[in-house]
Amino acid sequence: MTDFNIHRRQWIKTSLGLGLSPALLSACATMHHSKASAGRVVVIGGGYAGLAAAKYIRMWSAGSIEVVLIERNRQFVSCPLSNLVLGGSKTINDLTFGYDLTEKNHGIRFVYDEVVTIDHSNKTVNMRRGEVGYDRLVIAPGIDFDYISMPNLASADVQKSIPHAWKAGWQTVNLRKQLEAMPDGGIFAISIPKAPYRCPPGPYERICQVASYFKTHKPKSKIIVLDANPEIISKKGLFNKVFNETYAGIVDYRPNNAPVSVDIANKTITTEFEQVKADVLNVIPPQRAGRPAQLAKVDNVENRWCEVDFLTYESKVAPNVHVIGDAIDSGLPKSAHMATNQAKVCASAIVELMHHRTPDPSPVFANTCYSFVDAKQAMHVAHVYRYNPNTKIMVPAEGGGVSTKPSVEEGTFANTWATNIWSDILT
Amino acid sequence: MMNHIQRILVFLLLTTPLPNQANELAVTENLHIRSLAASCAACHGTNGNTTHPDNKAPSSKATLAGMDKDHFIKQINAFISGERKSTVMHHHAKGLSVDEIAMLAAFFTEQKPQASSKLQHQALEANHD
Repeated sequence: MTDFNIHRRQWIKTSLGLGLSPALLSACATMHHSKASAGRVVVIGGGYAGLAAAKYIRMWSAGSIEVVLIERNRQFVSCPLSNLVLGGSKTINDLTFGYDLTEKNHGIRFVYDEVVTIDHSNKTVNMRRGEVGYDRLVIAPGIDFDYISMPNLASADVQKSIPHAWKAGWQTVNLRKQLEAMPDGGIFAISIPKAPYRCPPGPYERICQVASYFKTHKPKSKIIVLDANPEIISKKGLFNKVFNETYAGIVDYRPNNAPVSVDIANKTITTEFEQVKADVLNVIPPQRAGRPAQLAKVDNVENRWCEVDFLTYESKVAPNVHVIGDAIDSGLPKSAHMATNQAKVCASAIVELMHHRTPDPSPVFANTCYSFVDAKQAMHVAHVYRYNPNTKIMVPAEGGGVSTKPSVEEGTFANTWATNIWSDILT
Repeated sequence: MMNHIQRILVFLLLTTPLPNQANELAVTENLHIRSLAASCAACHGTNGNTTHPDNKAPSSKATLAGMDKDHFIKQINAFISGERKSTVMHHHAKGLSVDEIAMLAAFFTEQKPQASSKLQHQALEANHD
């Protein structure tokens, strides 16, 4: 171990003891056995799910559970609304925030590091620059991309030319710049992976955003949609209408068109049926649970997604390890609102379990997902989901549904949704 | 006439605490309602404190914190019946049980209205993914 590592480790040990509450102070003695009255939860991942879990564990335990959150990046960038960066009505900075308020307001200890190994038997998470012990672990890893079928797309260099832009950040900015640089009359091709993937309506919203930009600024340009699915998989009727009416002549939708290979130099994608050469090519790769879930070996469903108990979000294969958000295997849409809901049911259950009480046996939550069809108009899909004690899964309750049509009013609500959910997790 | 086992069962029913039942605990500590109410935060803010408290239009994302109980129940029922027009709320309201509506009303009326912390945008750093 280098001096730096020792310093860093010491820093983590020490800084963990500098929290606001006496419970945190008492944790100074050792990294591995928390003296906080009810113990320590380590959360991996500072996205929608991880932040909500960390905050609500602190709130509902009234500070009696110590929470350490490990995150690689120092900034939060929202995937919801990031398609609007491609349309040109938002910038990436509109969607970028710091973690300081969540940390300060709730006494959560943030450690900016990358997880290397997870040791279930010793209840330890090892990072590049230190390690931390836990009583319970919450893994909120988001998604990872599966490049097995298209290995030449895996490198960061290649992704400068053919970005996925499916995690908001510089790739989103890059894709926008490519669209801006594309001549009028050019072709934007987008490849949509087989479901399940993060944000079911996301690719179709992206198509609308690019179409909206083309319609105003590059009206001779076309969008070729190569969808691996047999049909539009979310808000189908609404998106179909928008593609066929608002963006008639721009959007060319081709279902059952899974990618087989990509020629990077020529920006040409080959599917099971055809070859398409694009000026701007966006391949959204197939997906699986994020890296920390793979390290913890909790991605037990086809080595892809994580099987959990829907009362606690505890992994079915690792006791005291909970998994939340896009990484889980469920019929639930992989949306930001859903991630926060799972996080809150998980947080509530963890607080009860760590105080030797029984969690809620019948959780219920609501999901609202907005999609923008241009800069101002949005439409929703919304459902309440209820735990079914017979099947032991969350199922949609009666009464849910979609908008009758996109509207400016719902566009306002979609922006309000964003500011409220950001405030809920980031303050 | 109850036999011995039935007597024990009745005794247990009457004396065992039921932490998930509204009548046993303050509604704010009811596990079922606290996570259900927290689910509303995506549009209505943490504990019903929206980031847009000035937005008083009838179909706005309302502040729920401190809202009168009866008013809350009346609005939800109006969403269900269609008496009050909505874009999205009828899709949620119809999925709730009568008990849940009553307990959500009791939960939100207990919440203290407060201003949410001001969140500042940042410039995306060069070393971010």
